[in-house]
Amino acid sequence: MSAPVASQSAGTAPETARPLLSVRDLRKHFAIRGGILSRVVDKVHAVDGVSFDIKAGETLGVVGESGCGKSTTGRCILRLIEPSSGEVWFQGADVMKMDHNALQAMRRDMQIIFQDPYASLNPRLTIGAIIGEALIIHKLVKSRQAMEDRVVQLLETVGLRPDHMRRFPHEFSGGQRQRIGIARALAVEPKLLICDEPVSALDVSIQAQVINLLEDLQEQFGLTYLFIAHDLSVVEHISTRIAVMYLGRVVEIAPAAELYDTPIHPYSEALLSAVPIPDPTVKRKRIMLQGDVPNPIRPPSGCHFHTRCPIARPDCSQRSPVLEEKRPGHWAACHYRD
Amino acid sequence: MAEPLLDIRGLKTWFKTDDGMVRAVDGVDLHIDRGETLGVVGESGCGKTVTARSVLKLIDMPPGRFEAGQILWQGRDLIPLSMDEMDKIRAKEIAIIFQEPMTSLNPVYTVGDQIAEVIALHQKLSRRQAIAGAAEMLRLVDIPNPERRVHDYPHQFSGGMRQRVMIAMALSCQPKLLIADEPTTALDVTIQAQILELMQEMKERFGMAIMLITHAMGVVAETCQRVTVMYAGNVVEEASVEALFGNPRHPYTQGLIRSIPRVDRSAEKKQRLEAIAGTVPNLLDPPPGCRFAARCKFAMDVCSQGLPPLKEVGPGHYVRCVL
Repeated sequence: MSAPVASQSAGTAPETARPLLSVRDLRKHFAIRGGILSRVVDKVHAVDGVSFDIKAGETLGVVGESGCGKSTTGRCILRLIEPSSGEVWFQGADVMKMDHNALQAMRRDMQIIFQDPYASLNPRLTIGAIIGEALIIHKLVKSRQAMEDRVVQLLETVGLRPDHMRRFPHEFSGGQRQRIGIARALAVEPKLLICDEPVSALDVSIQAQVINLLEDLQEQFGLTYLFIAHDLSVVEHISTRIAVMYLGRVVEIAPAAELYDTPIHPYSEALLSAVPIPDPTVKRKRIMLQGDVPNPIRPPSGCHFHTRCPIARPDCSQRSPVLEEKRPGHWAACHYRD
Repeated sequence: MAEPLLDIRGLKTWFKTDDGMVRAVDGVDLHIDRGETLGVVGESGCGKTVTARSVLKLIDMPPGRFEAGQILWQGRDLIPLSMDEMDKIRAKEIAIIFQEPMTSLNPVYTVGDQIAEVIALHQKLSRRQAIAGAAEMLRLVDIPNPERRVHDYPHQFSGGMRQRVMIAMALSCQPKLLIADEPTTALDVTIQAQILELMQEMKERFGMAIMLITHAMGVVAETCQRVTVMYAGNVVEEASVEALFGNPRHPYTQGLIRSIPRVDRSAEKKQRLEAIAGTVPNLLDPPPGCRFAARCKFAMDVCSQGLPPLKEVGPGHYVRCVL
């Protein structure tokens, strides 16, 4: 075990304690094949140099629009998708160098829950078997009885009933299925939970139930979350710090309240101003971004955001801004905002 | 008061399934006046989309059927109309746009052909003129290079641009009412802002009314004048936007508003979200009485005995609750 030798400490929290997870210059390029020989004709720069740290016990929210690379980042950290380059350090260990066995062991401490609770549960297994599987793989229970006891305990932890263990996924509502996904992740007592759009598929009243559950579990088990979502209101609510991504890069990282009160990057500012507020008496100035998010196959040169940026200057298309600490603990990648 | 543009009275749209009759829309009353935007909000399965589709009779029958009620369009009931008569209404008076524009655009025709087809329905024009008209509509909805884009196919447009194409197509028949069924749900937040702004502009320009079906309370607060809240096939509350958000009276509406995290309140101490316990009832066998009673923290014995009527609690503010 060695400490991460980071060339840059982008997005580091002000405290000096060793982070639970460090991501450095993570990249993932997907090849696009074409022609009769299926040659690589192009690459999608899904994740294009992402760096951040997560401290134990905090929630780092990652927001951005479709295609910004937030989900790919989450999956690369667990190596569910093999990154093209970059470093991932978890509890002081180099995740990129792990062999199959080490990775398997590491995943006991780092679990993931997905957006679509319909697609991520095996329809042919009972809930008991789905949750119990993780216990067996990681050899956490010695007998069938011990497994059942643990499953019952987990179901109760996430607000389901013990008799639910004999049922199949289709017998549950969306919110209940997400609870099952959470119970499965908690079965191995992880330290870090990557939540990939965990409430996006749920109705608002159910969404609130799941958010509250995640907050309770964090308090109860001292969990650390990497919370990936496109809904800025949800991310703001649950996160300690937030990273904003645009076209594969982190453009800003700041404590949640500070990001919302005083965003630095023009993209963060526009994104926040676009969120509709459920209160007709609140009238805000909206910054309308023109056009669509550019194609990640050929992202704009220099600052990826310059094609839509209201304050772009000529050299923004030439030079890529680096993520700099503009205020204590508040990092942004923009040439012209401090 | 003038006759409303659309007046839905006691509408029941039910679906026959192998498991029994699903009462998707079970006694809905709502009206839309000329030029106003009415929001219809509620969660999955509350019947908001079925209500919208019932207006245009876009419900497959069977399995669906109109069990009761009237859909008065400028005073004329649409339910008994023949398909030919409905076609005229759909072509010229009421248009609809959907959540996922890709499924409502034909992938093998250019967008120009598809818009031109709508234009040709109510104007005698040559193909060349109709295509030019289509390009004009694309310009109106701010699609860059409309003369060139008119020859593109739907897959060559992004999600936001496709929704603009759908709006252009809907507007080309100059409808009096645009039904927008979750028009921005599939879009990113910055694109959603663009589309909502476009709809507002078009509404002012053409003086049409909008029935906006959505689950997003924020979108309602920012775009509608009045709101109808639906729950499990019933209307539970109807009010002006100001009254609904300022003084919600139904426990479901209150819960819905309080369960949403708000970005504009970051400075305040973070409050725990107020979740509504439980899940929506099964519409195969809805509970007698108030359908929200099982999840309601104020529920009393009387709540499960009969469906409370929609009663007026303030000017234009109606609530279906015994409290």
